[in-house]
Amino acid sequence: MSTLHLDAEALYAELRRGVNALLQPDTVLVGIWSGGAWLAERLHADLQRPGQPGVISSTLHRDDFSERGMSSSAGTTHLPFEIDGRDILLIDDVLYTGRTIRAVINELYDFGRPARVSLAVLVDRGGRQLPIEAAFAAAKVALPATQRLSLARNEAGRFAFSVGEAT
Amino acid sequence: MLSRRNPQLNKNGELIHLLSIEGLPREVIHHVLDTAGSFLSVNEREVKKVPLLRGKSVFNLFFENSTRTRTTFEIAAKRLSADVLNLDIARSSTAKGESLLDTIANLSAMHADMFVVRHSESGAPYLIAQHCAPHVHVVNAGDGRHAHPTQGLLDMYTIRHFKRDFTGLTVAIVGDIVHSRVARSDIHALSILGVPEIRAVGPKTLVPGDLAAMGVRVCHDMAEGIRGADVIIMLRLQNERMSGAMLPSAGEFFKHYGLTEDKLALANPDAIVMHPGPINRGVEIDSTVADGSHSVILPQVTFGIAVRMAVMSIIAGNEA
Repeated sequence: MSTLHLDAEALYAELRRGVNALLQPDTVLVGIWSGGAWLAERLHADLQRPGQPGVISSTLHRDDFSERGMSSSAGTTHLPFEIDGRDILLIDDVLYTGRTIRAVINELYDFGRPARVSLAVLVDRGGRQLPIEAAFAAAKVALPATQRLSLARNEAGRFAFSVGEAT
Repeated sequence: MLSRRNPQLNKNGELIHLLSIEGLPREVIHHVLDTAGSFLSVNEREVKKVPLLRGKSVFNLFFENSTRTRTTFEIAAKRLSADVLNLDIARSSTAKGESLLDTIANLSAMHADMFVVRHSESGAPYLIAQHCAPHVHVVNAGDGRHAHPTQGLLDMYTIRHFKRDFTGLTVAIVGDIVHSRVARSDIHALSILGVPEIRAVGPKTLVPGDLAAMGVRVCHDMAEGIRGADVIIMLRLQNERMSGAMLPSAGEFFKHYGLTEDKLALANPDAIVMHPGPINRGVEIDSTVADGSHSVILPQVTFGIAVRMAVMSIIAGNEA
């Protein structure tokens, strides 16, 4: 058990404020599967954005494929808008090594050439292994590499963090 | 203690080769079908390529010719960014007298990562899988009368796509079942996925008698065979069978077992008609049915690419 306490709902309110400040009129939200997709869906509704938010999966561009193989619970990318020339705001729950973001940017480019790509996250836990930074993070925490932090969503759509041992 | 592990699975029960559908756990089949679903959309992207097999070499070893199957494997491997080498093996090494395992040893020395094997002898892919290096993966692209597992899986993908659930279906497989590795793979897959009624329909000369032991209902009468079916899988009637004593003539076969609008009317109103291709119009299937609203023959081809991408990416990601 960890003593770390993160109030995901309070952080969500902070994220909503931060994302609102980053939005341009033509910005589209793209949530990273799965936690980021839940966040993007709720942000999209709360901030009354037009159209639909996008969902993006890192599965097909992961750099640990040869060690981990194909996951049996991989999400699918769904981008219901043109990518060419768009201002894309990626949303994720936890920013850690940066490898997922690298994979997701490659995935995005399979659909076109965006004008700009930026990133907003609920929690930045440090530990970066690539030169990637978030434009906004609702919280910054330091966690040992042995711990895994992930977002959960209950039936009522409310968020909570779960902390466990990394596998 | 002697263990008899399925040679396609590693000690964690993960797929490392695809040799046959027989004996595969249901969840492995569903994993392939789910993965294929996520690859289907890759074919609609601006960049129709993902880097999962980048730097890997896939060797297509077709000891028996099949341009169509070889092409679908080639497209699938290329969309996964693999380097693909097509070896016209039927006309090269074996013709010079080299043994199968010597051919494999030589190709392994060229750092092959995956062999896609089509062979007229049943069991050839098994032999290769048993003798290749541990990092090499083998996909059976059809061996003798034994198995054609990727066709079986793409048929299952097609059925799941249109029918959602397997557990209430009646599936009729019609035609030359005795010579068909597709039929055998489909029957194994349908049984594993829980289809309650599988029918094998055709003349006595073309339907093996021991199918009942596999839980299959054998019908020599076409009307009985397709009445109430949700899925009709037509098989290609191989012309070379006509020369033996198996059939009086193609015309006679079409009269009794060819799928026409009239016969299709006996099936469920929302039945789908499948065929592994290439189709012989007017021999096993009427043009109006092959091109009609029940036909899902062309979607099968599209799904086939995604299913082969799924199989190759799953086995390449698992260690022996």
